[in-house]
Amino acid sequence: MIAEFGLAALWLAAALAALQLFAGASALRGGGAGQVSALVRPVAVVQGVLTALSFAALLLLFVRTDLSVKLVAANSHSAKPLIYKLAGAWGNHEGSMLLWVTVMAGMGALIALLERRLPERTMLATLATQAFVGLGFYAFLLFSSNPFERLPAPAPEGMGLNPLLQDIGLAFHPPTLYLGYVGLSLAFSFAVGALLTGEVGPAFARVMRPWVLLAWIFLTIGITAGSYWAYYELGWGGWWFWDPVENASLMPWLAGTALLHSASVLAARDALRAWTVMLGVVAFSMSMVGTFLVRSGILTSVHAFAVDPERGTFILVLLAIYIGGALTLFALRAGSIAEGERFSATSREGALVFNNVMLSAILGIVLLGTLYPLLTEAFGVKVSVGPPYFNPVSAIFAVPMLVVMAAGPLLRWRKDRLARVRGPLILIGLVFAALLAALLVWRPFGLLPLLGLTLSVPLAVASVLPLRGRDLRRLPLAVWGMVIAHFGLAVALFGMAADSALTVEKLAAAKIGDVTKVGPWTVELEGVEPVGGPNWIALEGRMSASYRGGKPIPIAPQSRSFWAPPQQTTESALLTRWNGQLYAVLGDETDDGRWQLRLWWKPFVTCIWFGGLLVALGGFLALLGRVATDLRRRVATHKIAVRKRELEKAQGQ
Amino acid sequence: MMRGGWKFWLPLALFAGFVVLVAVQLLDPAEREVESAMIGKPLPEFALRAASPDRPGLVTAELKDGKPHLLNIWASWCIPCAAEAPQLEILRRQGADVVGVAIRDRPEDVAAFLGRYGNPYSRLGADDLSEVQFGIGSSGVPETFVVDGKGIIRYQHIGEIRPEHVPMLLQKLKEAGA
Repeated sequence: MIAEFGLAALWLAAALAALQLFAGASALRGGGAGQVSALVRPVAVVQGVLTALSFAALLLLFVRTDLSVKLVAANSHSAKPLIYKLAGAWGNHEGSMLLWVTVMAGMGALIALLERRLPERTMLATLATQAFVGLGFYAFLLFSSNPFERLPAPAPEGMGLNPLLQDIGLAFHPPTLYLGYVGLSLAFSFAVGALLTGEVGPAFARVMRPWVLLAWIFLTIGITAGSYWAYYELGWGGWWFWDPVENASLMPWLAGTALLHSASVLAARDALRAWTVMLGVVAFSMSMVGTFLVRSGILTSVHAFAVDPERGTFILVLLAIYIGGALTLFALRAGSIAEGERFSATSREGALVFNNVMLSAILGIVLLGTLYPLLTEAFGVKVSVGPPYFNPVSAIFAVPMLVVMAAGPLLRWRKDRLARVRGPLILIGLVFAALLAALLVWRPFGLLPLLGLTLSVPLAVASVLPLRGRDLRRLPLAVWGMVIAHFGLAVALFGMAADSALTVEKLAAAKIGDVTKVGPWTVELEGVEPVGGPNWIALEGRMSASYRGGKPIPIAPQSRSFWAPPQQTTESALLTRWNGQLYAVLGDETDDGRWQLRLWWKPFVTCIWFGGLLVALGGFLALLGRVATDLRRRVATHKIAVRKRELEKAQGQ
Repeated sequence: MMRGGWKFWLPLALFAGFVVLVAVQLLDPAEREVESAMIGKPLPEFALRAASPDRPGLVTAELKDGKPHLLNIWASWCIPCAAEAPQLEILRRQGADVVGVAIRDRPEDVAAFLGRYGNPYSRLGADDLSEVQFGIGSSGVPETFVVDGKGIIRYQHIGEIRPEHVPMLLQKLKEAGA
């Protein structure tokens, strides 16, 4: 019954999306008034509730391990811990697509409930667009990926969830990332809505900004968490592999970051109208393109077996309709959106435009690198593109962007002179020069790590400079947000550069009792013991690690064997100090009774994710600031209205 | 249309290019095999101890006997290897000489696997350090190589052998023997 209930809720939600589209579109034609337009907001809310119910039904099926449902039988197992039963609901194609429409409808419901600042015509167009995009994904879900499909006969036991995914970090990784990906659909709908009504201006940017910010925060956390998961779970010691799946999450983030900055220009100065609208379209388009590339199997490695051209074609058609449609609308209407205010190159806007162009260039680089294997395959050449392309080529654009990022927040809007901020610029330059000299003397580094290390510290200094001379208690939260986010980026950059410049790696075949040195650490293998968990058994290496001869600390990397489904995973052991991490992996036993050990000392590697979280925190503070401002404004307008009414009453008497 | 209006069409044009590119790839699923850099090269020299008590180990020199061989790289812990076992048995019955390399495996696991899924191998070597696997240009299990009578690699098949691959592999073996 639960499965049927979930499916029925999904169909109803799809029908309501159709109604929302129809009502919104016809109200727009009729001038935005009348009874039909009053339908749109409530319908959007109910649609959101229905998809939430449908998703809850799927969660319940997984909690109960209802093996008569195909998806549960294929992705769950009765012996799995509860949290991974839940995670199993979204750790597969059908369930994650249901999560997609749930987030999409939920976001639509939220703006229908809360957003009252835009002209109602633009809101109607936005909600109709959100419903229109939603409809495509409902169709995809209901016709080609039904998560509630029953088996002809219940399975005796489930097949289990890929053990690599049975990890607490990864359990929450997809929902976080999806809130980000799909949250960007609001930017898309707002942009299309504004294009339809031609109302692109500061008000539009102010309305869109907090919603984009919300999605962007989740995206930032999702990417950071995903990177950390790959780092400790895959046991390769790397944190970013330029894999198509990773790129698929990075591209919307780059577009979203550019969008946030250009929306700031539009909100403050009424410039960059067409550009902001286009980024709104592009950001969510990147989410959809990324999903397509990953789901169609068109870009996975040669060892991937399940390629589903039918699903791929379905998503491609959706992409062609939505992205193609939005870009056509953009091409037709962009000319009629006047470009707005002018500004000089040396100004806050000038720096933000530069940042936007660089971010878009990096986005283009990543997209090209991701698609390049497809492009050459069309001409019969098979290549794979990896870090040797991505790292230097994206750095060409990232380095100038970071340099301008250091100076941009110090500049005034509209028109400024560099001479006015000479002092801070000299300070930043001196830090850079001193660091560069020190590192060059210390020892040789690769160009990119050297640049990363020498840029990160002055960048951190520069990021807090906008605070100088201001009353910190009265500083708007949004400024705090900017400062912390920029500081976080500097911290992450430092972590990346330190990891690639200073990591020490050691491969050893150790007997019990052997001592291995890696960087400042001495690691002793004391024994290897079997241990067991709820659905796995493992060999656990008992080691003790001591930093520069200090107190030994026990660490225990494992080599785990899961039995449902049977698969081996490595559970690396991490030892975190303030200045880095010791990373240990237990390999196999060799014939002569030695154990293969892989040890890394990674100085300051944790800065990468700490910095990522700071970036997200900065976004959160900015969001809080915007919401607080809006609430104050609402309270004020409400009070004025009440007073006006009282006055009228008094005058009427 | 205002001046410079053409540039607003640029994003759409780029996107159209993307759609055409992936549509071509989707509708005409190209060969998904990777041309191995090892094709046309001789097998690396190795001498592997026997992975199973009732079969001899694998030595490169013994494969240069003038007859083509099917070299199958597998492991007992690999699920697709279990899936391809019936196809290897069919290939053996159709006259292919199948030799195996078990990657990082334990004798008892190998015995259990062969007991359960059958033993199509005439020789079976144990590659505990993946040295043969890397030397031969294989990056995963299972992979299967067609090696001619002079020990030259003629074909590399990545992933498990599915029933539809059997005629193709027999054909490759025949070409290698000619």
